[in-house]
Amino acid sequence: MPSMLEISPEQIEQDRLYSEMGLSDDEFQSIKKILGRRPNYTETGLFSVMWSEHCSYKNSKPLLSKFPTEGPEVLQGPGEGAGIIDIGDEQAVVFKVESHNHPSAVEPYQGAATGVGGILRDVFSMGARPVALLNSLRFGSLERPRVKYLFEEVVRGIAGYGNCVGVPTVGGEVQFDDAYNGNPLVNAMCVGLIDHKDIQKGIAAGVGNTVMYVGAKTGRDGIHGATFASEELSEASEEKRPSVQVGDPFMEKLLIEACLDVIHHDALVGIQDMGAAGLTSSASEMASKAGTGMKMNLDLIPQREENMTAYEMMLSESQERMLLVVEKGREEEIANVFRKYNLEAVAVGEVTDNQRFTLEHKGEIVADVPVDNLAEDAPVYHQPSRVPDYYKEFQTMDDYMPEIEDHKETLHQLLKQPTIASKQWVYDQYDSMVQANTVFAPGSDAAVIRVRGTEKALAMTTDCNSRYLYVDPEVGGQIAVAEAARNISCSGGRPLGITDGLNFGSPENPEIFWQMEKSVDGMSEACRILSTPVISGNVSLYNESFGGQAIYPTPIVGMVGLIEKLEHITPSHFQEAGDLIYMIGETKAEFGGSELQGLLEGRHFGKAPAIDLNTEMIRQNQVRTAIQKGLVQSAHDLAEGGLGVALAESLFANGLGCDVNVSGDATTALFSESQTRFLLTVKPENQDDFETLIRGAKQIGTVTNDGTYRIVSENETVVEEEAAALQTSWEGAIPCLVKSKA
Amino acid sequence: MKFAVVVFPGSNCDRDMYHAAKDALGAEADLVWYKEADLSGYDAILLPGGFSYGDYLRSGAIGATSPVIEQIRKAAEEGKPVLGVCNGFQVLLEMGLLPGAMLKNEKLKFMCHFENLVVENAETMFTNQYEAKEVINIPIAHGEGNYYCDEATYETLQAKNQIAFTYETNPNGSVGDIAGITNEQGNVLGMMPHPERAVEALLGSEDGLRLFQSILTHWRNTHAINA
Amino acid sequence: MRKVKVYITLKEGVLDPQGKAVQNSLESLEFGGVKDVRVGKYMELMVENSEDIDAKIDQMCDKLLANPVIENYSYTIEEVV
Repeated sequence: MPSMLEISPEQIEQDRLYSEMGLSDDEFQSIKKILGRRPNYTETGLFSVMWSEHCSYKNSKPLLSKFPTEGPEVLQGPGEGAGIIDIGDEQAVVFKVESHNHPSAVEPYQGAATGVGGILRDVFSMGARPVALLNSLRFGSLERPRVKYLFEEVVRGIAGYGNCVGVPTVGGEVQFDDAYNGNPLVNAMCVGLIDHKDIQKGIAAGVGNTVMYVGAKTGRDGIHGATFASEELSEASEEKRPSVQVGDPFMEKLLIEACLDVIHHDALVGIQDMGAAGLTSSASEMASKAGTGMKMNLDLIPQREENMTAYEMMLSESQERMLLVVEKGREEEIANVFRKYNLEAVAVGEVTDNQRFTLEHKGEIVADVPVDNLAEDAPVYHQPSRVPDYYKEFQTMDDYMPEIEDHKETLHQLLKQPTIASKQWVYDQYDSMVQANTVFAPGSDAAVIRVRGTEKALAMTTDCNSRYLYVDPEVGGQIAVAEAARNISCSGGRPLGITDGLNFGSPENPEIFWQMEKSVDGMSEACRILSTPVISGNVSLYNESFGGQAIYPTPIVGMVGLIEKLEHITPSHFQEAGDLIYMIGETKAEFGGSELQGLLEGRHFGKAPAIDLNTEMIRQNQVRTAIQKGLVQSAHDLAEGGLGVALAESLFANGLGCDVNVSGDATTALFSESQTRFLLTVKPENQDDFETLIRGAKQIGTVTNDGTYRIVSENETVVEEEAAALQTSWEGAIPCLVKSKA
Repeated sequence: MKFAVVVFPGSNCDRDMYHAAKDALGAEADLVWYKEADLSGYDAILLPGGFSYGDYLRSGAIGATSPVIEQIRKAAEEGKPVLGVCNGFQVLLEMGLLPGAMLKNEKLKFMCHFENLVVENAETMFTNQYEAKEVINIPIAHGEGNYYCDEATYETLQAKNQIAFTYETNPNGSVGDIAGITNEQGNVLGMMPHPERAVEALLGSEDGLRLFQSILTHWRNTHAINA
Repeated sequence: MRKVKVYITLKEGVLDPQGKAVQNSLESLEFGGVKDVRVGKYMELMVENSEDIDAKIDQMCDKLLANPVIENYSYTIEEVV
């Protein structure tokens, strides 16, 4: 390969070298028009990363504009590092989810680790202290050796990074399906706490102010990471391994503490992390947002390797780096703050008034482009969309009705399904308790952490049942938001808002684009009705692998809720023998996209379970009110595997049993995945008050202390089994799959 | 009584330790950055958990070479209580204040959950508020908590009552199920489990609080005698 | 300038779960005849030459690079042109 400097602008155009960087012919022509000349190699690189899907959302912008993003409590919507919602007392919660799918598919340990590192920086660059991490993971079948390897390494990577930086990993979900065999999903969410007065912005304001660089030195790692993330995975991706960045959580920990110190310094004007597209995106976005320009001298950039070119420095995705804008003449004060933590803050440029992005290297101007065009003016594509044939077929099918002989055996089988089975093997590797605020660690419906020094707590969850989204993206999108809210409500919290991690296949495939459109429609509708605005998010497209198999549409919903008083915190499992078990909601024979369908048929088809969002809202309000009145011992939402699985999961923590009576078809009663259903327990002395408050609640049984799971339907025992035996199935499944030699 | 929580670069349980001493116990406490530390005015030294210097090379190894270490050594020689939890324990081992070394957990994985501990010695300045052989519930969170020492050292630890806590069920492969040990004088305790995470019922256990209360009780008793 | 290559190994008798795991993996990949695996560390140091370079390296190893409770060390010194 010839030296980058030798490649002339003419050659870039003639040999279409820009296409290797991910730019289309039309896009290259636009750049020429913007500049009034051909871009040089470095400039072509700048545009290629800033105009990639990952940075510009050029394919998803028209869809993202459908999301409701405002609300009375929203302090910061999409557009900054992370969104912010008021929680009262001059405090706010900051959160965002981000994907690291492609890096994790190629180098799972570092891919997952740096995903955690990146989302942390998004949050603390806003001025917030990160207080919790959650991870939403999707893998293929654990019977495949490659999938097993990815699973083990991704978990180890998340643990390796999160544990070291001292932010508890409190929740999330892990699901398994063949649709992810070649393309795992690794979405990390970070939640931070902030005092209103400390909220920072990533802006380069004040002409003449100094641009400073802090953190790890720049190396050649991760060059073109953003473009890589916007391509389909292929055999060639394996060769792109050098693209994957290596994380240094120790450096990150120092950066967190130093940045949370420096935000209190009045010489600080703006701060932003260097994430995807590294120095290029942080610098150009900061200038563009402030309406200024920026000039940087690349000789001053701290470099880890020798002879780095301007192109390499600007496109490097070396981790653990931050860009600051500080008042001119006060650089030393800022540098002193970082020195305490053994970090160097170096002046690398200045804010200019000409709205240009100008780079100097070795005495030459190596790039000079209009900053708004670079940061904001990527083309927007309205991709064609087409209803897939599979969906039309599913809609015309008769309702699927599973046939089951032995409900007990089926229950065991369902509890062993990796998506349902205990994830203790995963969560045990995460430090879920550091910071000493974790009330409910992973494994609960929603994780709960208290807000130290107040009577409040935060509930948080990630949810997305992508099987429903596959069979019906619109209904599935509604369910994803509703289920997240249900989990928050069951823990005693009021849903505040969501961050969305949209994971799809190639938007250039009209059927995939249709999935995207419909998913977003469904989610938007649910967000409006459940009053949960979208305050931040991430889009990951081209999740397809070897042979064009796209993943299930997987728009992950990360939701945070506020629990007003600590006494409202409600567990999801049963508490005491003698408590009455209630169910809220109707059960219909709805098995399309269900766990049972997957178990029996090996695939998913038919209609998704129906959902009525207004009923959802009313029931969640009822559950929350009952909790706030102190009438509820435990609350659990019915999800994968239906009532049968929810009852079993409720027994394990406290070694209890249950006597439950159901009516109608036993298979439907036990395993249907009808939506908007809740399983609550109530002390006998609260029975009257509870039944008065929630008239639709139906008592279906009692909690016992005999350790037996017993379900009777129409006077016939359907399942009678030791809870301990069910627990063994549930707890043993994943360790067994991981250990088994494939 | 005044506690110092020594903060190394990479410490991450420093605030938890601070809150345990200050809010749960109700004593005076300061977070002391390792560079600026003057430990002479403190009555007890707490070395928190975390990943000092990223745990690069070996857990606690680089932390054990930082300048503040000499002050910690001096405090220990003066008989002040010195408590090292998790990474703090690893630092105490690396600096030689306690015998033995840490290996990777037997199953090679980081683990985080509540464990039952047996109080083996309830006579120390860290354990006087427990009953001998009492079983307490305290979380662990470590990847390298597999305590190792040779047989002779283990026999000495037993003979001199230096084993403060053992695991009811050994989670990590430690010699003799050891969860925490003291020095011969009994004023330096290193333990892998996190008592500072078990000081409030809301978070699952209050069993760790009595460890801090033990230190305070001991201090009050000795100072009452001196007065 | 000298390139010092330092090899750090676990002492005999100290259990090495990592080595065990590697050995098991090799077995499952059907590499027979592997009797034992011990995992250690390798470091490269660029050190200015001096008369007492050996003594210096010994001190470095004793004080920081190795933990004498569980680890042994050895090293080689190469001339760098």
